[in-house]
Amino acid sequence: MSDEALIVLDEVNKWFGPLHVLDDVNLSVAKGEVVVVIGPSGSGKSTLCRAINRLEPINTGTITFDGRPLPAEGRPLAKLRSEVGMVFQSFNLFAHKTILQNVMLGPVKVRKEKSAIVRERAMSLLDRVGIANQADKYPAQLSGGQQQRVAIARALAMQPKAMLFDEPTSALDPEMVGEVLEVMTSLARDGMTMVVVTHEMGFARHAANRVVFMADGQLVEQAPPEEFFTNPRSERAKDFLSKILTH
Amino acid sequence: MNVLIDKFDVFAGGFWLTFQICILAAIGALILGAVVAVLRISPVPPLRALGTAYVTVFRNMPLTVVMFFAAFGLPALGSNANFLRIPVIDAIFTRLGTDLPYFRFALIALILYTAAFVCEALRSGVNAVSPGQAEAARSLGLTFGQNLRYVVLPQSWKASIVPLGSVIIAMIKNSALIGFFGVVGDLSSTADQLTGAEGYAFIPVAIGISIGYLIMTVPLGALLDRIERRQAVAAR
Repeated sequence: MSDEALIVLDEVNKWFGPLHVLDDVNLSVAKGEVVVVIGPSGSGKSTLCRAINRLEPINTGTITFDGRPLPAEGRPLAKLRSEVGMVFQSFNLFAHKTILQNVMLGPVKVRKEKSAIVRERAMSLLDRVGIANQADKYPAQLSGGQQQRVAIARALAMQPKAMLFDEPTSALDPEMVGEVLEVMTSLARDGMTMVVVTHEMGFARHAANRVVFMADGQLVEQAPPEEFFTNPRSERAKDFLSKILTH
Repeated sequence: MNVLIDKFDVFAGGFWLTFQICILAAIGALILGAVVAVLRISPVPPLRALGTAYVTVFRNMPLTVVMFFAAFGLPALGSNANFLRIPVIDAIFTRLGTDLPYFRFALIALILYTAAFVCEALRSGVNAVSPGQAEAARSLGLTFGQNLRYVVLPQSWKASIVPLGSVIIAMIKNSALIGFFGVVGDLSSTADQLTGAEGYAFIPVAIGISIGYLIMTVPLGALLDRIERRQAVAAR
């Protein structure tokens, strides 16, 4: 992890109608840092995550990625998105394409890389997430955990500078959560810059450099995981932790 | 019923003319409708507004009025729709190339009117694709055009094809109007000619004409049923 900031949110505000989903959010993520965002439902965590590659436009404030403010629309925005990998709660694998085609689409069509080179990289990524033997199947033929690992490989195939995870394990059966978290943990170890919205406190504890706690659109508290989980400062965080850690 | 045999050539000629205009109008409406659909789902607000305005106008106007504008408005503006005299194509569909412009006017009206419905059928297919698919494509850096081409359209056509077929069937039936706007000799207007000018009994003539339309529409409907059944099996 370096001191150089890769993602910077400055005074970011967003409203859904009268609902203030992001309320003056300031956040800086350093290169190689793993930031885990937690908080109750409806606190704005997902919106925060999706704002970073502008899947959700913001109303005021600025978001800077790798030194440049986010472009508004068109090709510059597409280029930025190609440098930021995203993993969704509902996997969103392309249903009409095989696993291998899913992983290859971005590099071939967006980066115009040679198909043979991409295929090799895609297969080694699928191998890394443990699905190489399913490369010719369609997404619907795979379990949720397998699909999510493919989605991670698909994002990695673009060789992104950072990865965004929007509740990557929330739609999974409990026995499949582990396999996805394992892949994410190994990514974190390898020094990938990650912003992870999750309810997996175990992952937050052992893989995060920093935990960010959000409530009601505000960034209430941020601290290293050990400190946050053992000694939360805000009442809101204490209340949240007492509800989830007692069971 | 002898009229069906005695005047077979008249029926066949009417059928052929109606068939020609339907083929041309279907191709034109599918192309124009696709363009309007792309406008309607584009991320650029003015283009979206243009597409919406098109659909609002042509979906909500009676076809008769659109035909009226084409057949009487265009000549008033000094146009004979000569841009439709497309080389090669006008050799196959000879009516496109004639000096009498009414076939071309009727074709323009059918295309403009039907394209609005084609657009909506295509758009309903696009809406049937889960928004997460397009979102994932955008997150990889695909542009709007790439997103449509590689991710959304390959999945949406399955949901579009059946409503599209219904639109085309409706268009074939709508083409019966062209006889009232200067086109001579289409399937419907053969009724006029045979019952009015030549004094044949109405019912046999009407039966003959009905058969002509059914020959075009029933196979299309059957094809759609088959596609639908096959999709239902594939979805299981």
